[in-house]
Amino acid sequence: MSQATDTDVREDGIIESVSGPVVSARDLDARMNDVVYVGSEGLMGEVIEIEGNITTIQVYEETSGVSPGEPVEGTGSPLSVDLGPGMLDAIYDGVQRPLDVLEEKMGSPYLDRGVDAPGIDLDKTWEFTPEVSAGDEVAPGDIVGTVPETPSIDHKVMVPPDYEGGEVVSAESGSFDVEETVVELDNGEEISMRQEWPVRSQRPADEKQTPTEPLVSGQRILDGLFPIAKGGTAAIPGPFGSGKTVTQHQLAKWADADIVVYVGCGERGNEMTEVIEDFPELEDPTTGNALMDRTCLIANTSNMPVAARESCVYTGITIAEYFRDMGYDVALMADSTSRWAEAMREISSRLEEMPGEEGYPAYLSARLSEFYERAGYFENINDTEGSVSVIGAVSPPGGDFSEPVTQNTLRIVKTFWALDADLAERRHFPSINWNESYSLYRDQLDDWFVENVREDWPEVRQWAIDVLDEEAELQEIVQLVGKDALPEDQQLTLEVARYLREAWLQQNAFHDVDTYCEPEKTYRIVNAIQTFNDEAFDALEAGVPVDEITDIDAAPRLNRIGVQEDYGAYVDDLEEDLAAELQEKY
Amino acid sequence: MKEYQTITEISGPLVFVETDEPVGYDEIVEIETSDGETRRGQVLESTSDYVAIQVFEGTSGIDRKASVRFLGETMKMPVTEDLLGRVMDGTGQPIDGGPEIVPDERQDIVGAAINPFSREYPEEFIQTGVSAIDGMNTLVRGQKLPIFSASGLPHNDLALQIARQATVPEEEEGGDDEEGSEFAVIFGAMGITAEEANEFMDDFERTGALERSVVFMNLADDPAVERTITPRLALTTAEYLAFEKDYHVLVILTDMTNYCEALREIGAAREEVPGRRGYPGYMYTDLAQLYERAGRIEGREGSVTQLPILTMPGDDDTHPIPDLTGYITEGQIYIDRDLNSQGIQPPINVLPSLSRLMDDGIGEGLTRGDHADVKDQLFAAYAEGEDLRDLVNIVGREALSDLDNKYLDFADRFESEFVDQGFDTARDIDETLELGWDLLSMLPKEALNRIDEELIEENYREDEDAAAEAVEAEA
Ligand SMILES: Nc1ncnc2c1ncn2[C@@H]1O[C@H](COP(=O)(O)OP(=O)(O)OP(=O)(O)O)[C@@H](O)[C@H]1O
Ligand SMILES: [Mg+2]
Repeated sequence: MSQATDTDVREDGIIESVSGPVVSARDLDARMNDVVYVGSEGLMGEVIEIEGNITTIQVYEETSGVSPGEPVEGTGSPLSVDLGPGMLDAIYDGVQRPLDVLEEKMGSPYLDRGVDAPGIDLDKTWEFTPEVSAGDEVAPGDIVGTVPETPSIDHKVMVPPDYEGGEVVSAESGSFDVEETVVELDNGEEISMRQEWPVRSQRPADEKQTPTEPLVSGQRILDGLFPIAKGGTAAIPGPFGSGKTVTQHQLAKWADADIVVYVGCGERGNEMTEVIEDFPELEDPTTGNALMDRTCLIANTSNMPVAARESCVYTGITIAEYFRDMGYDVALMADSTSRWAEAMREISSRLEEMPGEEGYPAYLSARLSEFYERAGYFENINDTEGSVSVIGAVSPPGGDFSEPVTQNTLRIVKTFWALDADLAERRHFPSINWNESYSLYRDQLDDWFVENVREDWPEVRQWAIDVLDEEAELQEIVQLVGKDALPEDQQLTLEVARYLREAWLQQNAFHDVDTYCEPEKTYRIVNAIQTFNDEAFDALEAGVPVDEITDIDAAPRLNRIGVQEDYGAYVDDLEEDLAAELQEKY
Repeated sequence: MKEYQTITEISGPLVFVETDEPVGYDEIVEIETSDGETRRGQVLESTSDYVAIQVFEGTSGIDRKASVRFLGETMKMPVTEDLLGRVMDGTGQPIDGGPEIVPDERQDIVGAAINPFSREYPEEFIQTGVSAIDGMNTLVRGQKLPIFSASGLPHNDLALQIARQATVPEEEEGGDDEEGSEFAVIFGAMGITAEEANEFMDDFERTGALERSVVFMNLADDPAVERTITPRLALTTAEYLAFEKDYHVLVILTDMTNYCEALREIGAAREEVPGRRGYPGYMYTDLAQLYERAGRIEGREGSVTQLPILTMPGDDDTHPIPDLTGYITEGQIYIDRDLNSQGIQPPINVLPSLSRLMDDGIGEGLTRGDHADVKDQLFAAYAEGEDLRDLVNIVGREALSDLDNKYLDFADRFESEFVDQGFDTARDIDETLELGWDLLSMLPKEALNRIDEELIEENYREDEDAAAEAVEAEA
């Protein structure tokens, strides 16, 4: 039964009808995308359609028991996020309510309704150090001071982009809460550590640049074959159980971003719990600090209200842009964008809009591209440079990539990591299919790898690609006649390719050492396999039978480089032994 | 309470009523037919002048003169520990002739979502005694692990075997002083045949499990719409027992396919735009609201573990029912028609099966230190052998290398020894893993590249290899 709670809801309009997450109200004076409070419990909602006297609202909470005749209150402002110190280490729902605060307020492990909480703690005080002083001119976006938010991140306090800017009248250092004014301008504008931004509009930036640095992921197949750039976009489509979430978690853990925004959109509760439990104990490989210190989590799980599933990706990307504005490299993972698209479809069908392909609204493709467009390597309006990389999981029904969400996403993103059920079934992880996947950033990132890892990175990679391609062709013949019917050199190629797959492409996310592989190690592994290849073909030419070559004791050790912490010495020894053992044979 | 006799339309399971007072969305409704029978239903859409009602027990017999009462509350399940041992119909009415149920509390059957922040990550190993599960796709407390089956396959036998054999090893050793966290089974049947139902009930009675079970029965000839509430009643009871009374609850829901058919029927009656293959577009969300009610909660003793069973139409796992389920649950166990026709019991195909919570639930202190490596190697070797079977059909065994032949033998023995243990055998995790080592030792040491070298030294059976070779030489 709906019971009026102590929250008083002003009667700006009256509920006309209720159907699941969609409520319509009459006599409500509101703008599109305004936030409203619905029913006597004050459930949070957003205006999504206005027609005559009827306003349609998507409600971010369960609507059981809500009835026509109950009041609706307008807030006059669009769905926005609170931005300021305190977002790292936080876990939010789809409309930026902190889940830990909700637990406390509700006094229950179950999500109750009609409880609101600000996105950042309004009472907590932070140590603010100004970077401007009286008399300085500041423009919108400019950094006016810093706050040590976590051991890894200095939070930059900026002039909100919608301010005018002017001359600094006062700038105080000290301990403040997020609403207190820390810098005052001559035109009367007051800057505090907190600002708001509507989630559906992109935060302004000066210019998008061509990304040239990789987002190093510590995953061999990604860094080695299909790298994503800082500021780039990637999609991971795959059927259930193929490794989308594990890949996203691996990126959230090991990618060399300054900030990670992880959006769990319509997926499992336990997967979010896993992050909350694991991340505080893991170390960022670049800074040594707890991973949680750079992470902001947004969790709208599959059993949480469907409308908030639609908004959570926007909440996430707005937070990401805010950190980008400070000059940070931000990586956003959205798992899964299909759930977001389905939420759009569900709302759209309740609005009885004309359905497009497979029932998705006709604006599906526009929404997806608007979202991915917010990624990029930017010159910010305060002249810093920052990036937002976006990695979206896609969950195609039946694992069929020809469906609209996958197809529309592939038209936009530049990196495609195709997960493969066959590989997953045989526990080849990560089960990213190397024949189907691609990265359009590969060439523009080569310079970085040449400079920072090894000069011949592009050549070594090309060698690996060629061997894998050849294997794919040979496998077709093997399927017909068996391996032993192939000429010896081709048999040897198959063996080399097998090591590339097992020692290099496979990587166990659950092994303490193997889970993260720095680019140097990625290089050394292929290189060791190449050494084996070269020595083996020399031996073959010298007349050594292929069985003897593949049987050497040293070769299987290739498969163990990944789990070696001290891989340098291990590979040195191994390469020596490989050469010695093979040369002995002729 | 206002009564209306203003039914304007009856269509399939839906009734439309004109109202002049506001009615809450999801509210429960009672409809009294002209011959005095009472039906229950739920508000699907509420507007200021009419209300759409979904009638659980079907609309036949309802006419324009039927009177409609809105009860002013959403559907509740009366819960109490005394439900243990009771049998109810699909709407929660006792059908076992037992005493009236005096509830401790009445809980909303559409459970509120568990706050992800309040969850505790499940990682306590449940030993089911089934090697293909314990060894390869380990179940943990608080997991939702469906059985993907198809018509004519023995999924019920497997579910019953698990319900009978499931234990948590440490607790066994802990002895009787382990109080408070008892084990309970909740059985929610949706549209299964009376015969299948009897199979379950007989087994529950024979093993004495009924005492610690709560049974909800919606049979094939019960109204389809009722099926949409049966699992919610079951899960509400489960949550109560787990999170308020500290039970470790195993919920068996069968058959989820019938549940989804009921959803489709309602969707069609409402003339909704259908999603894939005619199922409602919101079926993912709807199923998630059931499956996500599994888990553990920080600071609470008990747990809800779900074992939903579904039969894949046309054995097709891309069909929306298994597909959406797989996208929500934490893995799945496949029952395989080929293995079944070979007489393998339980006919579990481990390759497409998966337990996502396994990685954190196994290892030193949980199961055994070598578990992860052994499992990885068993998977790799079985997959290799499976692949070679296709090839061997074309080129024959002679054309294959020694090693390939070993993989083929491995795959055969894996099925006939590791998987085929019978529905009445319980193996503890040690037995399962030792058997794994026996089989892996058929392969040369160098081929065991997924296993730590030290573990190989410790466990590899030198003589097995020789023995296998001897067998081969003989052949
Ligand atoms: N890199 C990896 N290393 C080891 N295991 C892996 C790896 N990637 C995936 N797995 C295994 O595969 C399982 C399924 O992966 P994951 O949960 O990421 O699938 P998914 O694609 O997100 O599925 P869904 O769409 O249902 O969410 C994991 O639980 C894990 O056991
Ligand atoms: Mg996933």
